[in-house]
Amino acid sequence: MSNIAIQADKLTKRFDDFTAVDAITFDVRQGEIFGFVGANGAGKTTAMRILCGLSIPTSGTATVAGFDVYKDAEKIKKNIGYMSQKFSLYEDLTVMENITFYAGIYGLSNQEIKDRGAELLTRLGIEHEAKTFVASLPLGWKQKLAFSVAVIHRPKIVFLDEPTGGVDPVTRRQFWDLIYEAADRGITVFVTTHYMDEAEYCNRVSVMVDGRIDAFDTPANLKKKFSVESMNEVFYQLARGAKRKAD
Amino acid sequence: MRTLRFLLQKEFRQILRSRSLLISIILGPVIQLTLLPLAANFEVKKIAVAVVDHDHSTYSNKLIAKIYASKYFSGGTYHSSYEAANKMIEQNKADIILEIPQGFERNLVREGHEEVYVAVNAINGTKAGVGSGYLGAIVADFNQDVRLQWNQPGHFSEAPTIDVVNANWYNPFMSYFLFMVPGLIVSLLTGIGAFSASLNIVKEKEIGTIEQINVTPIKKHHFILGKLIPYWVLSMFVFTIGMLVSRFAYGIVPVGNIGLLYGFLSAYLITLLGAGLLISTYSDTQQQAVSLAFFFVLVFNMISGVFTSIDSMPDWGKALSYLSPMSHFAAVMRMVVLKGSTFHDIQPHFIAIIILGIVFNTWAVLNYRKTT
Repeated sequence: MSNIAIQADKLTKRFDDFTAVDAITFDVRQGEIFGFVGANGAGKTTAMRILCGLSIPTSGTATVAGFDVYKDAEKIKKNIGYMSQKFSLYEDLTVMENITFYAGIYGLSNQEIKDRGAELLTRLGIEHEAKTFVASLPLGWKQKLAFSVAVIHRPKIVFLDEPTGGVDPVTRRQFWDLIYEAADRGITVFVTTHYMDEAEYCNRVSVMVDGRIDAFDTPANLKKKFSVESMNEVFYQLARGAKRKAD
Repeated sequence: MRTLRFLLQKEFRQILRSRSLLISIILGPVIQLTLLPLAANFEVKKIAVAVVDHDHSTYSNKLIAKIYASKYFSGGTYHSSYEAANKMIEQNKADIILEIPQGFERNLVREGHEEVYVAVNAINGTKAGVGSGYLGAIVADFNQDVRLQWNQPGHFSEAPTIDVVNANWYNPFMSYFLFMVPGLIVSLLTGIGAFSASLNIVKEKEIGTIEQINVTPIKKHHFILGKLIPYWVLSMFVFTIGMLVSRFAYGIVPVGNIGLLYGFLSAYLITLLGAGLLISTYSDTQQQAVSLAFFFVLVFNMISGVFTSIDSMPDWGKALSYLSPMSHFAAVMRMVVLKGSTFHDIQPHFIAIIILGIVFNTWAVLNYRKTT
């Protein structure tokens, strides 16, 4: 297999007369951390939902882990992990019960569930919270747990939709440590964010404005191209021309 | 199958932890079943008669005493004029006026014929109809007594009469509970099943976990089965509680085979829960799901035959009733509990419920989309 994890060509999604995603073309290499940056309402989540097999595109082509998004959505789902904006663990189940459930429906064996569950708890340093209800965990812990559960089946690619929304800077930093660890294990990370300091952590970044990809390169190259000091300024220069209102 | 096991484990954990759900599912039916049959009672009792006796004779007193001796009439009042009695009706204190004319006794004895006047408050149609019927029967009985007294047997030939004798099959003592309690069990079970099933998937939509489920390689029918089976088990349990209450609180022992009831119930629940899940797949919020479920449960109840007779419905009502799963279960419940019907007798209902079940569940699986 080639070293391309995700390939999108003129990918478009229209809702009635509104074009949420407008002919975007990009590729993500295996093992890289790919930042998908854009203002609220720029079309990041819609694009990500297409790649996860949750939404069928209107036109264009895309392959994820070598599978076509039109024909093989269910095969894609076996190979990816996903962490949505909305918190996706069951609050009325305990930490270990959530792990067991998600690992179980991805088809892990009982032994694997036990081993990887213990490993996960150790990595997060919450061995003593295995029997705690998720509802009573602090938000930062919940986010880290949700991420770890999303990669428990060791997918080829993990999609993270604004994973650090609403958490403090220290927790965000810890969260990014988890992302780096996952990338070290060979998992391709596709992450949307509108925190520009997070964009700096990525190997490559694409900036979406009004459904289009207006810039696509490494953070260093982008800064050079726009002759600015930070990704924040790159983003500001691109996004200030946006016509679409944030929703 | 392994996937299903994990889904079921999760659902059962969530259900058993939801205290409010358990209370409404288990304690609710017990309370409703012990109280409701006493209230949801169509038997007409306590009919208040306003008597206007212009005769004040032995015979008029006999007639009045005979009326009050009946268990259906009570709270009677005496008035000197029809107008006074009419006031009672207007104030809703009386249901029926019985006016006995002056010379009642004299005419009855001399002429062998007299008329009494009965006026009925027909706002409550059932009570009016049944009440005047009872009163008519009592007067007819009184007639018979008078005749026997004055026409000595053998003195001269009586007009031949045909006496009609009734036998009440399947419910010989016309016990209201025997008829109503099985119906109420059906009604309660339908409400609980439809509501809990329709709220289920939509709850995951609201909290956002459905997104996470949809991105897994889980099969749609596994997901639907994982939602259906726990409520199927729970409803079986509720039904058992209902049958125990009806056995020990009302002494109702099914005449027919209880296994047959459970057999039909199994199919009925798959159909009902499938309909609930179908509602859930169409709704985006729990509020929408509740409104839809409420609408259907109400219609199911109205046309089920539990509270009114399907035979007296217009043709479209009968057709609608045939399409409602609850009607079939209500019919089977009464057939088996009261008549002791066998599998052969309930076969048409079985076929109908299976067809409806296949339709609702297939529809629900098809309408549940992992992809938009």
